[in-house]
Amino acid sequence: MTALSGALADLVPNVGRGYWANVALRLRRDPVAVGAALVIVLLVLAAIFAPVIAPADPYKSSMLRRLRPIGDAAYLLGSDELGRDMTSRLIYGGRLSLLMGLSPVFLALVIGAGIGVTAGYVGGWVNMLVMRVVDVFFAFPSVLLAIALSGALGAGIVNSIVSLTVVFVPAITRVAESVTTQIRHHDYVEAARASSAGALRIVGVHVLRNVLGPILVYATSLISVSMILASGLSFLGLGVKPPEPEWGLMLNTLRTAIYVQPMVAALPGVMIFLTSISFNLFSDAMRSAMEVRS
Amino acid sequence: MLTYIVKRLVYATPVAIGVSVVCFLLVHIAPGDPLTAILPADATRELADQMRAAYGFDQPLVVQYGLWLWKILHGDLGHSIATGRPVISEVGRAVGNTLILATAATLIGFTLGTLFGFVAGYAHGSWLDKLASTLAVVGVSVPHYWLGMVMVIVFSAQLGWLPPTGAGPQGSEAWRPDPEHLRYIILPALTLSVIPMGVISRTVRALVAEMLTQEFVQALRAKGLSEIAVFRHVVVNSAPTALSVMGLQLGYLLGGSILIETVFSWPGTGFLLNSAIFQRDLPLLQGTILVLAMFFVVLNLAVDVLQTALDPRIERS
Repeated sequence: MTALSGALADLVPNVGRGYWANVALRLRRDPVAVGAALVIVLLVLAAIFAPVIAPADPYKSSMLRRLRPIGDAAYLLGSDELGRDMTSRLIYGGRLSLLMGLSPVFLALVIGAGIGVTAGYVGGWVNMLVMRVVDVFFAFPSVLLAIALSGALGAGIVNSIVSLTVVFVPAITRVAESVTTQIRHHDYVEAARASSAGALRIVGVHVLRNVLGPILVYATSLISVSMILASGLSFLGLGVKPPEPEWGLMLNTLRTAIYVQPMVAALPGVMIFLTSISFNLFSDAMRSAMEVRS
Repeated sequence: MLTYIVKRLVYATPVAIGVSVVCFLLVHIAPGDPLTAILPADATRELADQMRAAYGFDQPLVVQYGLWLWKILHGDLGHSIATGRPVISEVGRAVGNTLILATAATLIGFTLGTLFGFVAGYAHGSWLDKLASTLAVVGVSVPHYWLGMVMVIVFSAQLGWLPPTGAGPQGSEAWRPDPEHLRYIILPALTLSVIPMGVISRTVRALVAEMLTQEFVQALRAKGLSEIAVFRHVVVNSAPTALSVMGLQLGYLLGGSILIETVFSWPGTGFLLNSAIFQRDLPLLQGTILVLAMFFVVLNLAVDVLQTALDPRIERS
């Protein structure tokens, strides 16, 4: 029986590979997409190889050399309020900032796709129940929900990732559910079911292949929001704790320095902005590259 | 129309109940006993048990929720642990300030956003379109708390034009529309307006560009209508969507202003939440979140109803 359904699956025109190759081609020809991707790759590489690149120890403070300006002989991008090297802290800061911005989206992608596809495929009252719960979470503005959850859970890296994941799961669930519900009644899924393919096989072969595109685009568009929110939580003191280098937290502790070294104080925000806008531009490019279906 | 409103209300009720459940559970997902913030560290077991019974924490969760909801429906959100004052009065004072700030930001964002959106939509594909679209991307990508800091650096620290923090002179907590207070709202409102500006300009651009390719616009032009008259039709047709996006943005700003309020020490709900979190004042945290979320639910409802009223094409089941 599985052989039969396998044969049937092969009869379905294999648009998957060709389509993705086309998307990749269009992305490569889009200068904005290439530029944004380059910035993202550089930021990730800098975070991974921070110990190799960073010119100094990001934790080593010096009371005598506090708040040096950008371009200082000893400190390329100045020093912070405790005399720590800003260049090194910005490079190291990418580790926690990227981890805390990217992991909620990734976790929400996995969890949301799981819940959404299950709800959409099973249908009936299960679907109804899941979607009503999703509606409840949609009734909260995302910033408010993130702050409420991490405020109740308490400060910390894990708690902040958990809060943001909870914020993003409903949105991804909704996209996954709506695509699954649409496909469920398509002829080829009916055909697969008629050939007695198991639910797992249908979901694995037909549903996931169709759901993956839309939720990937959607998840990519969430990364920018997630980066801003994750650093925002640290900015409020709800995420990373001192003395760890993290862009949002650095921005917060440097607030006192805006009258002395305004340029240095603004630097961590530049990093958040750069990351967030690169992800936004890349997700926009990805969306338009995927929309043009031949 | 009336049946639609009733249907919409019926649909909103379970959502509102769900929101109250989430807010109720906030206190229970908090680590440790909800009593730890009230009890002295050396409290005896007996005292702890007495307190637990007094607060109703010894009851099953469902019973606790029922009692809590009953109190809320009678306007009692409990008492702040830090100040001992009723949560409802604390939140009430702060909500006013947040509403003022969010409304000002939405109005600025809506004006600039529709302007950019129309320019970009009309000049589709030109450099003007690219410029307006870039501004929109910047608007949705910029970490607004950082933008707030930059605003303070430029306009307060460097130029000295505007006050960096507060809602009014001498730490005034009640904002009034007089020139002195107006100076205090400019920076936070401008900073906060960047988010709705980006979202609205993107929406309007897409709407206008799409509408200009539609047959009814061609028909209007073929009829010999002036470009201004055609423009009026485009405005009227894009108004319902633009307005509903504006309404939703106002709702997001009510919850989203917390970071901006912290940067500018604006005495609103964000500021209140911030102090509630750091004093582990869970009743205050819970009450503030509940009020803001309910605001959002009601606003969504109003936007939906208004949009249906404005645009008869929308027929909803």
